[in-house]
Amino acid sequence: MIGVLALQGDFAAHGRMLDRLGIDWMLVKTPSQLARVDGLIIPGGESTTLLKLMKQDGFIEALPAFHAEGGVLFGTCAGLIVLAKDVLNPAQFSFGLIDLAVERNAYGRQRESFESEGTAFLNGKATPLPMVFIRAPRILELRPGVTLLARYDQEPVMAQQGRVLVASFHPELTDDPRVHQYFVEMVATERQAISIDSPVNNPVT
Amino acid sequence: MSNADGNGQTGTLKLKVGLAEMLKGGVIMDVTNADQAKIAEDAGAVAVMALERVPADIRAQGGVARMASITKVREIMSAVSIPVMAKVRIGHFVEAQILQAVGVDFIDESEVLTPADERYHVDKFAFTVPFVCGARDLSEALRRIGEGAALIRTKGEAGSGNIVEAVRHMRLVTGHIKRLTAMPHDELMTEAKEMGAPYELVALVAQTGQLPVPNFAAGGIATPADAGLMMQLGAESVFVGSGIFKSSDPAARAKAIVEATTHYDDPDVLARVSEGLGDPMVGLEMSKLTERELLQTRGV
Repeated sequence: MIGVLALQGDFAAHGRMLDRLGIDWMLVKTPSQLARVDGLIIPGGESTTLLKLMKQDGFIEALPAFHAEGGVLFGTCAGLIVLAKDVLNPAQFSFGLIDLAVERNAYGRQRESFESEGTAFLNGKATPLPMVFIRAPRILELRPGVTLLARYDQEPVMAQQGRVLVASFHPELTDDPRVHQYFVEMVATERQAISIDSPVNNPVT
Repeated sequence: MSNADGNGQTGTLKLKVGLAEMLKGGVIMDVTNADQAKIAEDAGAVAVMALERVPADIRAQGGVARMASITKVREIMSAVSIPVMAKVRIGHFVEAQILQAVGVDFIDESEVLTPADERYHVDKFAFTVPFVCGARDLSEALRRIGEGAALIRTKGEAGSGNIVEAVRHMRLVTGHIKRLTAMPHDELMTEAKEMGAPYELVALVAQTGQLPVPNFAAGGIATPADAGLMMQLGAESVFVGSGIFKSSDPAARAKAIVEATTHYDDPDVLARVSEGLGDPMVGLEMSKLTERELLQTRGV
């Protein structure tokens, strides 16, 4: 089961994309609901609002615990900002679950928001990917251990580190489900790894 | 940002509706200066609406209500990192051109200000920035979407502190959508004619069962319970105008309405955040308002 964090933002758009892929998903509004999901999408929205609601609702402790216990995370736009290690413009709290720096609203205001096509490296091969940037943050620095998954205009726009996937654009607003498919596969791979490790499947150990 | 890797397009409908999608589950607060904007942002507002006077004061003081002064809009834009909206008079496309040039993120073509054109609204497709418009029913909503609005809100009765009109408008929109979805296809053209709405949009709503753009609530929201009510009736976010800065403790009330909007379906949360907020704004009874004092009948 995939969860979509529904405190604030474009959670409905992520839900529509998961519906299209035929994936079971649920809205997540409380930390206790995290126990029912294997992967969590943190949608676009306002990162300042999202962080306030996450603090009030106990996600500040629950989200890192979810990740540490094998939960897979996917953040788009504001979701990227809250998962990043360092945030600029202005500096604000973030979970630091992916080792990169990000600058908020780096491409300008809404009149500078744009859609275009970038280049993704989802399965090792470079392919074009439609991208929608809305008051988007800019990934300033990918540090060692972080894999580049897409570029736009020479700059990184999607990256992964272990069980954390982030994008500065909104794949959920395009008609191309490949990024969500990639996340769903990350979740499936992690589930497999957990079931192989678990004592139920390996009674001898 | 150069677009060397492709041809970056700005101002598309996808980008306009996309920003409205980002505001879902949130509260947009009316502010009249940078200090209020900071209070709103600190309380968790997803955006602020910059204006000269809140609707309750416009109602009380009278006179022509226009777009906010640009100095004030800029001051508010530099005070916060969240999107900044501002209102233009209905049909006043030059006020809209000015706000777009200043860099406002969303324009509200609003019945709260004194209309500039009694017949025509702004051609919203001509702009790069998205527009939100008020609607009392589905016909008005589809006309505004037909003109290019990327977001619809109920009109309610602004500055009244009375939720009854917003409830009426939200129920009219959602009830009519339900009726359309049950309507045989061969009745839709006549329905569109009687609604005075574009046939293509009527047919689209009949097919999908929802507006093609997000649908928010506005006009008369004064308490966390009001926000919860509008969300449970189908609103996807709420605008709070006079309700916050005309109350006795704006910061606390703003924060409570933000929480209530997110957890609108959890009465325990609504009960907790409704406590200790001081006095809400004073409300007006609709029957005490004359037809001429109503804002919702402007620009239909």
